[in-house]
Amino acid sequence: MNFELSKEQQMIKKMVKEFADEVIQPRAIEIDTEAKFPVDIFKQMGELGLLGIPFPEEYGGSGGDTISYALAVEEIGRVCGSTGLSYAAAVSLGASPIYYFGTEEQKQKYLTPLAEGKALGSFGLTEPNAGSDAGGTKTTAVIDGDDYVINGEKCFITNASFAKTVIVTAVTGKNDKGKNIISAIIVPTDTEGVKITSNYDKMGVRGSDTAEIFLENVRVPRENLLGSEEKGFKQFLYTLDGGRISIAALGLGIAQGSLNKALSYAKERTQFGKLISSFQAIQFKLADMSMEIELARNIIHKAAWLKDNEKPFSKEAAYAKLYATETAFRAANQAIQIHGGYGYMREYEVERYLRDAKLLEIGEGTSEIQRLVIARQLGC
Amino acid sequence: MNIYVLLKKTFDTEEKIAVSGGKIEDDGAEFIINPYDEYAVEEAINQRDAHGGEVTVVTIGDEDSEKQLRTALAMGADKAVLINTEDDLEDGDQFTTAKILEAYFEDKEADLILAGNVAIDEASGQVGPRLAEYLGIPYVTTITDLKIDGENATIEKDVEGDVEIIETSLPLLVTCQQGLNEPRYPSLPGIMKAKKKPLEELEIDDLDLEEEDVEPKTKTIEIFLPPEKEAGKVLEGEVSDQVKELVSLLKNEKKVL
Ligand SMILES: Cc1cc2nc3c(=O)[nH]c(=O)nc-3n(C[C@H](O)[C@H](O)[C@H](O)COP(=O)(O)OP(=O)(O)OC[C@H]3O[C@@H](n4cnc5c(N)ncnc54)[C@H](O)[C@@H]3O)c2cc1C
Ligand SMILES: Cc1cc2nc3c(=O)[nH]c(=O)nc-3n(C[C@H](O)[C@H](O)[C@H](O)COP(=O)(O)OP(=O)(O)OC[C@H]3O[C@@H](n4cnc5c(N)ncnc54)[C@H](O)[C@@H]3O)c2cc1C
Repeated sequence: MNFELSKEQQMIKKMVKEFADEVIQPRAIEIDTEAKFPVDIFKQMGELGLLGIPFPEEYGGSGGDTISYALAVEEIGRVCGSTGLSYAAAVSLGASPIYYFGTEEQKQKYLTPLAEGKALGSFGLTEPNAGSDAGGTKTTAVIDGDDYVINGEKCFITNASFAKTVIVTAVTGKNDKGKNIISAIIVPTDTEGVKITSNYDKMGVRGSDTAEIFLENVRVPRENLLGSEEKGFKQFLYTLDGGRISIAALGLGIAQGSLNKALSYAKERTQFGKLISSFQAIQFKLADMSMEIELARNIIHKAAWLKDNEKPFSKEAAYAKLYATETAFRAANQAIQIHGGYGYMREYEVERYLRDAKLLEIGEGTSEIQRLVIARQLGC
Repeated sequence: MNIYVLLKKTFDTEEKIAVSGGKIEDDGAEFIINPYDEYAVEEAINQRDAHGGEVTVVTIGDEDSEKQLRTALAMGADKAVLINTEDDLEDGDQFTTAKILEAYFEDKEADLILAGNVAIDEASGQVGPRLAEYLGIPYVTTITDLKIDGENATIEKDVEGDVEIIETSLPLLVTCQQGLNEPRYPSLPGIMKAKKKPLEELEIDDLDLEEEDVEPKTKTIEIFLPPEKEAGKVLEGEVSDQVKELVSLLKNEKKVL
C-alpha cells in the first residue's frame, strides 16, 4: 500500500495548479457572468498537453494515467467549475470512447486532434425524453448503402457548439428480444443536416457550452460506427464509468476551493471581538468540510488507480461521483454560510461554487442513478 | 553551444515558514525552484533553440532536489546534475557552493552559464559572480536581455530600474533578473519525457574535494522571522486635523521625522 503520488503526478498537479491560479482564476468571475466559453484558455490547455493526459503519445496524447488526469481536473475545478466541466467532458466523453472502442483509423483521424488539444469533442447521449433512461433513445440511424442516415434530437450536450466531432447514440435496430439496439456513431459537426444551438440560460457552469443538436437526414459513412453495433450500450456505460471519476474530481476541486476560501475568510473576519474561526460553530463546519474532502479524494484516487490497473472500478467510480459531488454541494453551501452576507455576493465566489456544484449532482448520472448503480453492484 | 544553468531548491516564501531551534523547519515548507533560476532555465532553453547545443542544469542539494531538476528537464533542459552534499556537509555558504561548482566546471567546456540574480532564501547574489571569478570568465549580473551572435554577446542589464547595455564575449556567466523572459509551464509531454532524461548524481568525493576544502567562511548566528505586521491605523475627522495627527504620529510615535 502506498498513498504517495509519483514524481510525475506531483509535477503535473503543481503545473496545473499554477496554470489554474495564474491563467484561469483571474477570469473565473467573468466566465460566469458573461457565460462565455473561454476558447483561448482551452487553446493554452491544449498546448500544455492537458487534453491528452490519459492517451498514449502515438495518438497525440501525453501518456499519463487516470490519477494524473483526476489531479488536473481537480486543480482546474478548484478555480473554475465551467472550465473544469468542459475539460472533463472533452476528455472523458468526447475523446475517451474513441480511444477505448475506435478502430486504428478512427483513432488516427478523430482522436489525435482531440488529444493534441487542436479540437474539442462531444458526447451526445441525452435527448429530451431520454435522460437517466438512455434506453429511451429516439434518435435513429438507418443503413443506406455505405452510409448511416441519422435523424433525431439531442439536448444538454457539453461543448457541442465548439466541437469538431460529436459521438451520437442512436437506435440502429432491434435484438432477438425485440429491444432497441443503441449504437454510437462519430458525426463530424460540419456534416450536412447537423444543426447545433446553445440557447440555455443556466444556473451554474455558465461558461461551459451546453447545446442542443438537431440531426436531419445526416449522412455519415458506415465506417464511422464506434465499436460494434450491438455493444453500443455497454460501451457508453463503460465511458460513463470513466467520466464519473472526472466529475468526482471536479466536485473535489470545488469542495477544496470552498474550504480554502472559507478557512482564510474565517481567519480574517472578526465578530464579537474575536476571529470567527475561534467559534466552535465555525470550527466544526471547517472540520467536517476538510474531512469529507479528504475522504472524497481517497475514493477518487482509488477508483482511478483501479482503472489504471485494469481492475473493475464501476462501483468505486459511482461511490466517488456520488460522494464527491454531494461533498462539493455541502462544502460550497457551508462556505457561503461562513462568509455570512458577503458569501451571498458574486465577488466572494463561493455562491458560484454552489451553483456550479449543483450540476455535478445531475450530469453524467444523477445522484439517484449513482445509488442505483451501487445497489445493483450489491446484487439488488 | 554548451549551456549550463545553476539552480537552487528553495522554500516557497509565499507559503508559511516556521523557524525552530535557529533553523527553518523543512516539514511543511513548500519547496520550489528559486524563481530567478526559472528565468535562467527559460533563457537557456531559448538560447539552445536559437543556436543549438545542450542545456545542463546543475544543483547542489539533497535527494529531494531531484524534483526541481526534473521540473527543469520537463521545461526542456536536456540533462541534469545533482551534487548531493547531504551526507558530507553539515553547513555551507556561498563560498562552499562556488567552490564545489568550480570543481565541477573544471573539466567542462561551458560557453554560457546562467544563474539566478539571487536566491530568495538567503538573497546573497554571490554564487554566480564568485564562480565566474574562479573560472576566470566575464560575468554580468541582473540581465534583462541577452543576444548572442557567434562569440559575442549583447546584454541589457537592469541597474536600479535603468538599463545598461553591455557587450562582451563567450564563455560568459550571467545572472538573470525578472523581465528577462516569461518562464514556461512544463508541458504534460515534457513532464512525461523528463522521466527518461539523464540525471547524474555526484558527491563532493567524485569532484576530488574534501570537506575542509569547502568549509564555510561565514557562521550563521541566528535565524528569526520578521516581526508580525501590526494592524494599521485609520485616521478620522477633518482632513486638516488628520494631517496634523499624521505629522505628530510620525514625529513622536514613529520618530521618522
Ligand atoms: C450542464 C449540463 C451538461 C450536460 N452535458 C451532457 C453531455 O455532454 N452529454 C450528454 O449526453 N448529456 C449531458 N447532460 C445531460 C445529463 O446527463 C442529464 O441531464 C442527466 O442524465 C439527467 O437526465 P434528465 O435531465 O433527463 O433527468 P431525468 O432523467 O428526467 O431525471 C429527473 C429526476 O428523476 C430521477 N430519476 C430518473 N430515473 C430514476 C430512477 N429509475 N430511480 C430514481 N430516480 C430516478 C433523477 O435522478 C432526477 O432526480 C448535461 C446536462 C447538463 C445540465
Ligand atoms: C441580500 C441581503 C439583504 C440584507 N438586508 C439587510 C437589511 O435590510 N438590513 C440590515 O441591517 N442588514 C441586512 N443584511 C445583512 C445581514 O443581516 C447580515 O449579512 C447577517 O446578519 C450576517 O452578518 P455578516 O454578513 O456580517 O456575517 P458575520 O456576522 O460576519 O458572520 C459570518 C459567519 O460567522 C458566524 N458567526 C458570527 N458570530 C458567531 C458566533 N458568536 N458564534 C458562532 N458563529 C458566529 C455567522 O453565523 C456566519 O456563519 C442583508 C444581507 C444580505 C445578503
